[in-house]
Amino acid sequence: MATIEISHLSKRFHDRKRNAEVVALDDINLTVAKNELLCLLGPSGCGKSTLLDIIAGFAKPTAGSVTVDGRPVTGPGSDRGVVFQQANLMPWLPVWENVAFHLKLRGGQKGERRAIAQRYIDMVGLTGFENHYPSELSGGMNQRVGIARALLMNPQVILMDEPFGALDEQTRMDMQNELVRIWQEHRGTIVFVTHGIDEALTLGTAVAVMSARPGRIRELIRLDLPRPRDITSPQFNELKRHVLDLLRAKRADALSA
Amino acid sequence: MRALPLIGRLERYIVPILVIAGWEAFSRSGALPAALLPAPSTVVWAWADWIFAINGSTQTYSGNWIFDTLASLMRVLAGFGIAAALGVLLGVAIGWSRLVEIVIEPTLQALRPIPPVSWIPLAIIWFGIANKPAIFLVFLGAFFPILLNTIHGVKTCDRNLIRAGAMVGGGNHELLRFIVVPAALPSIFAGLRIGIGSAWMLTVTAEMVAVKSGLGYVLWDSYYFLRYDLVLAAMASIGMLGFLSDLVIRAIMARVLHWQRNTTIQGEED
Ligand SMILES: Nc1ncnc2c1ncn2[C@@H]1O[C@H](COP(=O)(O)OP(=O)(O)OP(=O)(O)O)[C@@H](O)[C@H]1O
Ligand SMILES: [Mg+2]
Repeated sequence: MATIEISHLSKRFHDRKRNAEVVALDDINLTVAKNELLCLLGPSGCGKSTLLDIIAGFAKPTAGSVTVDGRPVTGPGSDRGVVFQQANLMPWLPVWENVAFHLKLRGGQKGERRAIAQRYIDMVGLTGFENHYPSELSGGMNQRVGIARALLMNPQVILMDEPFGALDEQTRMDMQNELVRIWQEHRGTIVFVTHGIDEALTLGTAVAVMSARPGRIRELIRLDLPRPRDITSPQFNELKRHVLDLLRAKRADALSA
Repeated sequence: MRALPLIGRLERYIVPILVIAGWEAFSRSGALPAALLPAPSTVVWAWADWIFAINGSTQTYSGNWIFDTLASLMRVLAGFGIAAALGVLLGVAIGWSRLVEIVIEPTLQALRPIPPVSWIPLAIIWFGIANKPAIFLVFLGAFFPILLNTIHGVKTCDRNLIRAGAMVGGGNHELLRFIVVPAALPSIFAGLRIGIGSAWMLTVTAEMVAVKSGLGYVLWDSYYFLRYDLVLAAMASIGMLGFLSDLVIRAIMARVLHWQRNTTIQGEED
C-alpha cells in the first residue's frame, strides 16, 4: 500500500513584485511506497520545498491532492515529521526538551519525557549534550536534534528539506550514513529533498528528478544499488551520468525556450 | 575586551567621586548661598535624619523615610502590576489574533499619544486626592510600553518555529503557550523595564500634585519650605529605588532568559 499519493498537484504563486503568476509545481503525480526513501532532486527554484511544504501541510495546493495512508492532507500533523533546512529548534529549550517537544505539547510527565528523549538523543549520537542549548551546539549537531525530534513522534512519514545543505563535506557524509542506518533500523517512509546528485544517489531507494519552471517530475529513477553505496563504482557513475543528462537537457530546454 | 580587573573596578568610581568632591567644594566656597545648593555632606545628614531620626533636623519628616518610601513603592507596585498583567495579556491577544487587533488596537493607538500626566485633572475628578489617581497614572505610564513591546515580541516570533510546533502536533493554544509567549519574553522584559521607569516617574509626579504622602510629596513639600537638602535627599531616594526596581526585573530576566546567555553580545563575557 502506498504511503504518500500525490495526484495532479499544481501550485501557483502570484508574484506581486513582477505582477505575474509563478507556476511552482505543474501536474505532479508521484507515489511513495511504504519504507521507501525517495530523494527529490532538482535545481534551485524548481519547487522542491513547495512540494514538501504541501505534503507537510504548511501550504495548500492550487489544484490536485495529497493523501498520506489514504487520508487527505489538510494541515500539519504529527503523523508527518519534518526536518527543516534550518534546524528550527526552540532556542530557549535544552536539547532534550527540544527532542521531546511533541510530548511536552501532549502534557507528559517530565521524567517520562526525559527518558523517552534519551533514546532518540542516543540514536542520533548526541549522548552527553542533553542539557545544552541549541546555541551551544554546532550546526550539524542542531540538525541531529531536529532529526531526533522528528523521529520521536514515530511518524509514518519523515520529510526532510535539504537537511544537510549547510554542512561541510565530511559531516555531511557522516550524517548520510547515520540517516541510512536510522532508516534501516527504524523503518518508515522518507522524502528527502536535495540538489546534490551524489547525495540523492547515495541515499535513495528512488530518485525523482525535477525540472524547473514549471516544476515537473522529469523522471523517477529506481535505485537497486547495494548498500553501503560506493560512489566510485561503475554503476553509480552510470546513473550519475544519466541524471546529469536529465538536468542538462532541462537547462538546454530552459535556455532555448 | 575587558581591561585589567582592578583598574576596571576603580575607574568606574572616578567620575562620581570627582563630581561629588567638586560639588562639595563649590558649595562650601560660598559662590552661591548655602541654602540654594546644599553640599553633599548636608544632604547626607538630612537624609540620615529623615531615615533614622538622628537629630530631628528634618522636623515632621524625621524618621519617616520608610513610610514615605513604602507609600510610593505601594503605588508603583499596584499601578505597575496592573499594567504588566493587562499589557502582556492584551499584547499577546493583539499580536496573535488579527480580529482582536482590528477591534482593540486603533482605540489604544488613539489614546497612546496623550501624555499620562495630562490625565491628572480627570484622575483627580474621578478618584479624588488619594492613592487611586496615583495608581491610575502609574498604570497609564507603564501600560503602553509593556503593551507595545509585547505586541512586537509576539509579531516577530519566527514563523519557522511555529511551523515546527505545528509539525509536532501543536494546536493554536499550545503554539501560543509553548512557542509564541516564550519567544516574546525578551521583548516583554524590555517593555517591563521601560514600564518600571515610567512607573516611578509618574508616582512622583502624581504625589507632587494629587496625593499627600510619598517621596514625591516630601520632595515638593520641602521645596515650599526651602529645604533643598531634603529635596536632594528625596531625589536621591527616588533614583535609588528606581535603580533597585530595575535591578529586580533584570535579575528575574536573567533567570528566565538564561538561555540567551551566549546568543547575544551582552552574554559574550565568558
Ligand atoms: N511565497 C511565495 N510567493 C511567490 N513565489 C514563491 C513563493 N514560494 C516559492 N515561490 C516560487 O516558487 C518556485 C519554487 O520555490 P521553492 O522554494 O519550492 O524552490 P526549491 O526547489 O525549494 O529551491 P531551493 O533548492 O533553492 O530551495 C520559485 O520560483 C519561487 O520563486
Ligand atoms: Mg528549498
